[in-house]
Amino acid sequence: MSTARPLSGEPAIDVADLRRTYRTTTGTLRRHRLEIEAVRGVTLRVEPGELFGLLGPNGAGKTTIIRVLCTLLLPTSGQVRVLGMDVVERPRDVRRQIGYVFGGDRGLYDRLSALDNLRYFADLYALEPRMQRKRINEVLDLVGLQGRGTERVEGFSRGMRQRLHLARGLLHDPPVLFFDEPTIGVDPVGAREVRQVVADLARAGKTILLTTHYMFEADSLCDRIAVIAQGQIVAEGTPQQLKAGVTARTVVEIEAYGVPEQTVARIRELPEVEAVTIEVRDQAQLLTVQASEGSQLTGRLLQLLEGVRVERIAAREPTLEDAYVALVTAG
Amino acid sequence: MSLVQFNRTLYRSGPAALSWPRQVRAGWWYQLKMQAQSGFVVMVSLVQPLIFASIAMADQQAGNRTLPLLYYALGAGIMGIWSTVVFGCGGALSWQRHQGMLEPLVMVPAPLVVVLLGITLGTASVGLYSMGATLLWGWLVFGAHIHLVDPLAFVLAAVVMIVALGLLGLVMGSSFVLYRNADALSNALEYPVWLVCGLVVPLSLLPGWTHYLAYILAPTWGIESMRSAALGGDPWVAMLWCVVASLVYLGLGIVLVGNVERLARAHATLNFQ
Ligand SMILES: Nc1ncnc2c1ncn2[C@@H]1O[C@H](COP(=O)(O)OP(=O)(O)O)[C@@H](O)[C@H]1O
Ligand SMILES: [Mg+2]
Repeated sequence: MSTARPLSGEPAIDVADLRRTYRTTTGTLRRHRLEIEAVRGVTLRVEPGELFGLLGPNGAGKTTIIRVLCTLLLPTSGQVRVLGMDVVERPRDVRRQIGYVFGGDRGLYDRLSALDNLRYFADLYALEPRMQRKRINEVLDLVGLQGRGTERVEGFSRGMRQRLHLARGLLHDPPVLFFDEPTIGVDPVGAREVRQVVADLARAGKTILLTTHYMFEADSLCDRIAVIAQGQIVAEGTPQQLKAGVTARTVVEIEAYGVPEQTVARIRELPEVEAVTIEVRDQAQLLTVQASEGSQLTGRLLQLLEGVRVERIAAREPTLEDAYVALVTAG
Repeated sequence: MSLVQFNRTLYRSGPAALSWPRQVRAGWWYQLKMQAQSGFVVMVSLVQPLIFASIAMADQQAGNRTLPLLYYALGAGIMGIWSTVVFGCGGALSWQRHQGMLEPLVMVPAPLVVVLLGITLGTASVGLYSMGATLLWGWLVFGAHIHLVDPLAFVLAAVVMIVALGLLGLVMGSSFVLYRNADALSNALEYPVWLVCGLVVPLSLLPGWTHYLAYILAPTWGIESMRSAALGGDPWVAMLWCVVASLVYLGLGIVLVGNVERLARAHATLNFQ
């Protein structure tokens, strides 16, 4: 097979200043035109053989980027290349070299057996007819569905569906793979198996772009991570580099009852505060305050919280999760 | 665990076009398999045609209609085929989108027109249910005399008709890829086409301009051909026109689908939100 390796030095995935706008209309009688800027100038390069993570909250634009790379959406502007091939000019060539696995329930024919789902796509991918049976068994093996092929997908668990999805994405042995939140809704054991297959594929030399909104998933799997929020990349680097960016910080956790909104706003306005998140636990609230400088922080916070019942206040070491939270909540 | 090996010939060698027949066949087979199991599809293709067939045949037995019972059984069967095709293209493509299948189908290296053709041909073939059912119903319940004058020509005409309907479905279906509420469109198309093709009332009762419309619709010729083969008459000229109309649809479909794919990528209508 022509594995279409890129010319030396060329990235396997190359996205330059990508923008994508959705136009929709709302309302039935009085139609309003609505423009959503889902991706606002994203640039990223993934080297051959790299496992790259795109990490961001829901609505950040991750799926949109993947869809553009998978030739399912046209960019509004910018240049997007896979293995040196432009996705707008050569979609068919790109399609032969990529696999797309997305999370969720959809994307398989429920009324067909797992085998039939794979057979159909083996033909659509124009696999050599004599190789099809062998290859289908191989991918079923690879995802741990051997012996389950003749069962209808209807009866499959979420994790089994996800693995079948994966098997289909691997049928044509593409050198570049896109995973869009592959463990979403899968139980912890199933999710670990899916991550294991992703890791194995990376070790086998595949170039992988994976999106997730789970910090630990990106941390444990990826060589490099780009954090994306509101359609823009806000940080990029190895997990270690991202962690290093926050070690200088102070994180203070406050457990309190009935903190007024004005007080939270005032905390946010403190010059050294980078991010504040609030979590509700039973009756209590858990405020996590990240600050660039911590010597005076606890005192200042207690001052602002006067009149509020504070159960506990403590400073702790920042984690990668804190780095992520700070990045996606800033601005 | 045997991991993926590189540099192995997985893809079929030679020009891509060599794979197209196999790809159409795969689409045809698996779509047929799925639709044949769908309660809704079975209902559309069986219940409705049987009701129409019963009304027409009862009316004939009451002395209000003059043509043989077989004529009405055939007509109702073809109505059923048409319903399945219209639902198949509107319904099935929104269904594919809803299942999240439109994206994987667009993402394969095979041309979209090849993929869609398999789907619409499979859908049209489910319509054979209708034909079989109305003929059987006419025979069992109304004692219709099911004697086909030229069985071979009838079978051939039926196959040509299915292919023609599949291709017409392709032309319509290509626009359905673009619109999220294609269902409404498919309902709107069902009855007018029955009328124009002379399924509900003989063509001679319709205003003159509708005849021109009828001539560009392959089903008109397909029905003519099937009726002639069953009841006596020359089925071949009509069959030829059916083939000609089908080829026109195919050409139209190829042009349309190419544009539709690009538009769908621009307007983001491939995924279900
Ligand atoms: N087909 C669409 N039409 C209109 N808006 C869309 C469409 N798809 C996504 N969006 C919007 O674009 C933004 C980014 O979405 P998405 O790329 O799915 O983000 P993510 O995958 O990171 O959750 C969101 O605000 C979403 O509502
Ligand atoms: Mg997403």
